[in-house]
Amino acid sequence: MSAQCFRIDASDNVATLLEDIDAGAEVQVRGESMPFSLCATDAIKTGHKIALRPLTPGALIVKYGFPIGEATQSIAQGEWVHLHNCRSLYDARSSNLDIDSGSRKETRYV
Amino acid sequence: MSEGLWQGYLRPDGRMGVRNLLLVAYTVQCAQFVAHEVARGEPDTHVIGFPGCYDNEYAIRLMLALARHPNVGAVLAIGLGCEYTQPHRLAAVVRDSGRPAESFYIQENGGTSTSIAHGKRLLQGLRERIASAERVPMTWSDLTVGCECGGSDGTSGLAGNPVVGRFYDGLVDRGGTAVFEETVEMIGLKKVLASRAANNEVRALLEHTYDKAERYCKTVRQYSVSPGNFAGGLTTIEEKSLGALAKSGTRPIQGVIRVAEKRTHPGLWLMDSVPDETFMQFGYTNPNDTEGIVDLISAGAQIVLFVTGRGSVIGSPIAPLIKITGNGQTFRNMGGDIDFNAGCVLDGSRTLDQAAESLAELVERVAEGEPTKPEALGHREYFVMYKHQNTPSLEAGCHA
Repeated sequence: MSAQCFRIDASDNVATLLEDIDAGAEVQVRGESMPFSLCATDAIKTGHKIALRPLTPGALIVKYGFPIGEATQSIAQGEWVHLHNCRSLYDARSSNLDIDSGSRKETRYV
Repeated sequence: MSEGLWQGYLRPDGRMGVRNLLLVAYTVQCAQFVAHEVARGEPDTHVIGFPGCYDNEYAIRLMLALARHPNVGAVLAIGLGCEYTQPHRLAAVVRDSGRPAESFYIQENGGTSTSIAHGKRLLQGLRERIASAERVPMTWSDLTVGCECGGSDGTSGLAGNPVVGRFYDGLVDRGGTAVFEETVEMIGLKKVLASRAANNEVRALLEHTYDKAERYCKTVRQYSVSPGNFAGGLTTIEEKSLGALAKSGTRPIQGVIRVAEKRTHPGLWLMDSVPDETFMQFGYTNPNDTEGIVDLISAGAQIVLFVTGRGSVIGSPIAPLIKITGNGQTFRNMGGDIDFNAGCVLDGSRTLDQAAESLAELVERVAEGEPTKPEALGHREYFVMYKHQNTPSLEAGCHA
C-alpha cells in the first residue's frame, strides 16, 4: 500500500504527509479532489508538505485554499516544501531558520 | 451530542463550577515558596501568584478573576510584606463575591516555618466552610469552555483543531459559551476572521483586534511560531494560523473579550490577550502556552481544551485541562499525558462528527468529576506576568 498525504482544499498546491516517507516513495493524495498519486523526490516526515505540482520562484504556496507563503526557489513536483524553499509573506525572519530544528540562526549563544 | 446533565457547585455569586477548590494566591515572588508549601499535600488546593514586586493592574485583574472563578470555593492570599500588590485587598474583593477568604503577610508571622503552619491552619478553616457548597444540576448552557493549541504540528490543523471546532459548534448550539484566543495566530486571516462576525459592530471590533495583533508582531519582531512548529511541518505563521483558527468551529463570533473580562451573553467569543500600546510600548507577550490557558480560565472557563500535535506535559490550576492531539504517533508516544486522540479522523477510522461526539462525552465526564490526565498527574502550571491592557474597571470585569 502506498503512503498517503492529505490535500485540504481543491486549490491547494501542497498536501500534508500522514506518515513518514523515503525519497522515491509513491504517495497517494487524499482529500478534496480526485485521488491521484505522485512520486516523492525527498524523504518527508509526517505533518510536512509535499508539492503537488512544479512551482516557480515567487509562486504562492497554497494550503487550506489560502496562501501560506511564497516559493523562494524552483520547486519540483514531489519535493518537500519547507523553510528551505518557502517563506512567510509576513514574518521576515522565517527565511533564516535552521531547517532541522527550526531555531533562529541569528540568535547568539555567547 | 448528549443532553448533558451533571451536578455542579453553586457559588454565592450565582456562578456554577465543576470543581470545589481552595486557591492560594501569592502577591510577590518572595512569597512563592511559602505559598507552595502551604498547598503541598493538599489535593484540593491550587496555587497561583504574581512574581513582580511593583504592581500591575492587568495582573491584579487576572488574579481577581481567577480567585472568583466558578471552580474556586475559597481563597488564601499570602504576601511577604514589602510588595505593592496587597493580599488583604485581594481577599476583601473575594469576600465581596460571597466566597470565604483569608490573607496574611509572612513578615508579620515569624518567617517561613511559622507562616507555613499558619497558612495550613487558615486553609483547614476555609476547607470546612466550603465543604457544604450547594450541589446543583448543570448542563451545557452553564458551561464555558476555552481552547488553546500549543506544540502544534501539521496534524493540528487537519485533525486536533477541527475536532474541537466541531465540538464548539455543538456547545454553542446548546446555549454554551466557547472562548478561543491567540489572535497573534491569525496572521494573514483578517478577511476570514471578519467574515465570522455576528454583526457589523463585531466585524469592526474583529478587524481592529486583528490589526493590533499584526502591528504588535511587526513591532516586536515576534511571530507566534516556534522551532517545534517548524520541526512538525509548519513552515510559516500563515500556515499555523489557518490551522489554529479551525478550533473556533463555524458559528458566528459574538464579540471580543480581554483577559479577565466578562462576556455579555453565551456563544462563541474571541479573547484578545495581546497587550495594548502604552508608555512601555507593547512589551513582550505570548510567552508560552500556560499563559494562554490561564487567560482562558480568567474568562470563567470551567474546563479548557489544549490541542497539541507534538505533545505537551503541562496542566493548569483551577480549571481541568483536557489534552488532545491530532497526531497518532504523539498519542502512542505520550499517552500518559494526553486525554484524547483526534488522529482517528486522519487514519479514516472515525468521522469528524464521531470524534467530536466522543470529545463531548469526555468533557461531560470531566464536568462530572472525572480527573483529566494532567489533573491526575498533579500538573498545575500557571503564569502571571506584567502586561498592559485597556480593560474595563474591576467592577465591569471578572464576572463572566
